[in-house]
Amino acid sequence: MTYAVLETMMVQVTDMTGGDGAMLDPQVLLDTLGVAMATGGEFAEVFVEDRRSTSALLDDSRIEELTSGRDRGAGIRVVVGETTGFAHTADLSPAGLRAAATAASAAARSGGSGVRVVALDAMSGPASALVEILPSDVPKARKVALLERADDAARSRDGAITQVTVRYADSQRRIQIANSDGLLTGDRQIRTLFSVSCVASGDSGMQTGRESVGHTIGFELFDRVDVEELAGRAAGRALTKLDAVPAPSGEMPVVVGPGGGGVLFHEACGHGLEADLVAKAASVFAGRRGEVVAASMVSLVDDGTMAGEWGRYGIDDEGRPAQHNVLIRDGVLTDFMWDRLRARKEGRESSGNGRRQSYRHLPMVRMTNTYLEAGDDDPAEILAGTQRGVYVAQLGGGQVNTATGDFVFGMTEAYLIEDGRLTAPIRDGNLIGNGPAALLDIDAIAGDFAMGSPGTCGKDGQGVPVGDGTPTLRVARLTVGGTAA
Amino acid sequence: MSELLEIAERIVGWADSGEQVEAVVVHERETEVRAYEGEVESLTVAESSGVGIRVIRDGRQGFAYAGTLDPDALVEVMREARDNLGFATPDEHCSLAVPDGVAPVGMDLYRDALLDLSIDAKVQMALDLERLTLSADSRISGVESAEYSDSVSSSAVATTTGIRSTSRETGCFLSAYALAEAGGETQTGFGFSLGRQPGDLDVEAAAAEAAERSTRMLGAVKPPSGRMTVVFDPWVSAQFLGIVGGTLSGEAVQKGRSLFADRLGEDVAAPILTLVDDPTDPAAYTATETDGEGLATRRNVLLADGRLERFVHNSETARRAGTVSTGSAVRGYSSTPGVGIRAVAVVPGDRSPADLISGIRDGLLIQGVSGLHSGVNAVSGDFSTGAEGLRIRDGELAEPVREFTIASTIQKMLNDVTAIGDDLQWLPMRAAGVTLVIGELTVSGV
Repeated sequence: MTYAVLETMMVQVTDMTGGDGAMLDPQVLLDTLGVAMATGGEFAEVFVEDRRSTSALLDDSRIEELTSGRDRGAGIRVVVGETTGFAHTADLSPAGLRAAATAASAAARSGGSGVRVVALDAMSGPASALVEILPSDVPKARKVALLERADDAARSRDGAITQVTVRYADSQRRIQIANSDGLLTGDRQIRTLFSVSCVASGDSGMQTGRESVGHTIGFELFDRVDVEELAGRAAGRALTKLDAVPAPSGEMPVVVGPGGGGVLFHEACGHGLEADLVAKAASVFAGRRGEVVAASMVSLVDDGTMAGEWGRYGIDDEGRPAQHNVLIRDGVLTDFMWDRLRARKEGRESSGNGRRQSYRHLPMVRMTNTYLEAGDDDPAEILAGTQRGVYVAQLGGGQVNTATGDFVFGMTEAYLIEDGRLTAPIRDGNLIGNGPAALLDIDAIAGDFAMGSPGTCGKDGQGVPVGDGTPTLRVARLTVGGTAA
Repeated sequence: MSELLEIAERIVGWADSGEQVEAVVVHERETEVRAYEGEVESLTVAESSGVGIRVIRDGRQGFAYAGTLDPDALVEVMREARDNLGFATPDEHCSLAVPDGVAPVGMDLYRDALLDLSIDAKVQMALDLERLTLSADSRISGVESAEYSDSVSSSAVATTTGIRSTSRETGCFLSAYALAEAGGETQTGFGFSLGRQPGDLDVEAAAAEAAERSTRMLGAVKPPSGRMTVVFDPWVSAQFLGIVGGTLSGEAVQKGRSLFADRLGEDVAAPILTLVDDPTDPAAYTATETDGEGLATRRNVLLADGRLERFVHNSETARRAGTVSTGSAVRGYSSTPGVGIRAVAVVPGDRSPADLISGIRDGLLIQGVSGLHSGVNAVSGDFSTGAEGLRIRDGELAEPVREFTIASTIQKMLNDVTAIGDDLQWLPMRAAGVTLVIGELTVSGV
């Protein structure tokens, strides 16, 4: 139900800008930074983005549409004291950039006259991930054909499958970043995604099942993933739930299957370890570095370098290379995640977590691929040792209030555990817990690590692609939000 | 604005014979100011534009978009849209909207006063909002975000079938997210104010609401599990009504994804419930004169006295259903028209929230829900969301409660509405809120 981490990644030769060829001429960037800093300020940055995307949708057994999109522009920020001024433009001509730089500078209300001229130092950053088959090189007909294969596979699984939606999407994002510290760098990020959603109908009403796979690779994704099998699993999930019983209500042990638990950590503590929220005392984990915050077998990592994974990139949206960042080691909180602005205030380096949805947005601290390291327990024994509880095989997203630590996550495939065995499937619902308490209540972690499904993380209105992974684990006590007495 | 229509008409003029072409052109100006600790944390000023082009030939649709109005890009988008249609499955109902003779309801949704507002004045509102929130109560320990934002948006739609529509709207919004602290415990609360021009905004009210909602949660405990009478405050009811509205889309019905598909004309909700989708109500934050296909928006009664009256349609789902569009095409420039509600509201009752609460011996007032995207299945109808609020004891608001879920099904909840308040309030979403009393929901806590 999950995909092994891709271990091979070819290295490509990069040019001076570290990416896929320069987008804007360095002199134009330098001139723009000069305008941005003309009336003073501590920092200025130009972020250039060119994104091309294709998506194809099959619904109701019809190819409804094939969509091509193009978004290209630049975001310019200027920092003066505590204030960031920001402007963006889709006009990448020298005049358009100058206008945006002037607007950002005015927005920062820069009053000084500390003009600083910088020389851009073209940095050879980490190599952009090399993809084997660029999606833009693949004929549209081949993309569309995948949809029909998946539709057929889902419908042929069982006559109770009454509706199928299949989506294919790819994007190629090129970014270039120059700043007043002299940084000049770039990256090319390619993503390919495929998802199948099914509706099954029976005497108990309708149920849904979904499967998706997404990687930062090209069309070779489909050499590794069998879309028929993926569709079959989505259909199977909906069919299984036709017999689902109402979820239980109240506190009980919760076992989360391999690959399924990433959302739990993303919500229970991931957001709370983002330095921007920590700095505003809007996180229950503020001031707790060096303290025990989780059970001793918990080691949590955020890693933007994981080859092929959905949250992978060469450099973040501030030009900082992605890193492997240990957040919790053996239960002890080791570090938060940082972007440039927060790191600078603390006199340290960014951890490569400064991300933005597009050139139209300011960067902030975001997760990449967040995962729980494997433990020593046997998954079968974890289940056998659980008298009564819930087993969650697939999670459907979540939400957290980082200030209180209260978080929810949804279950889209789950079963009752009775006498140490899986019994009836249960209907969809949320679970609720409190982050700091849930981390301490983890009492078993297995060795069967797997990455989960590709996700989109939303924060302050910005969505960015993220990955996650876990082995099978058990939380001794969470509140299951069902309707059964 | 006429400039946008000119661009849209120019694109439509590129149609070959046998082709239908639709161009949607949008332009938006935005300002966003965030205040933190008495300073401007960030100030964003931005202008953005975009174009989406649909080309239909022989029942096949192709679509492409770009986030620019650069002339070269328009040509590329047109070429891509035309190329893409070759891969679609032919469909007899696939066609553009045609003028239907319904005139747009003239509304004053565009205010010069917003355009005239200086950046300094916007900054001052954000700073005032933070200061007033902090000073509203000694237990307010910080303001995670205090924000002023506004937008001036214009759009135009033109088609080879004769649609020519333009619309423009202004909107502005204040929001504060307060942190309250006592005895090492932190709670949060949200306050906001919205309008079409600066004069509509009430900084003090937004600050007071954020402070009130955060401080009243201090000392919150986890409630016991069980079935209980639950009161939704307007903020919460609007979120649920938006989800209910989504199940009444003609597309969901035709594709077998609406739990109300076969129930037109039947009683699906308590008889006190009348639900209307009315984007022609200028009080709605999401009011608009024309829909995503350029047809006039109109008032659509969805539920009347608990009976299911109608589904909403765009021109394609209407043709498929053998009816007419309800002016309910929803889209941005980067997508083809979907179908959806835009401004749903329950017809309010005549009792105040306090009056409704006074009649409840044991229950919960819900002031916030979480996980609507992960815990609501609009196809099966199951819902379960995280919640926080206040206990109701003997008709009075009592201790705060948190870290629990409320659960039922959409079908059951609509029938379990036992009372509706008189406090209808338009919110920054596609629904208005009003206090709703739900006779029974399952509460999962301790």
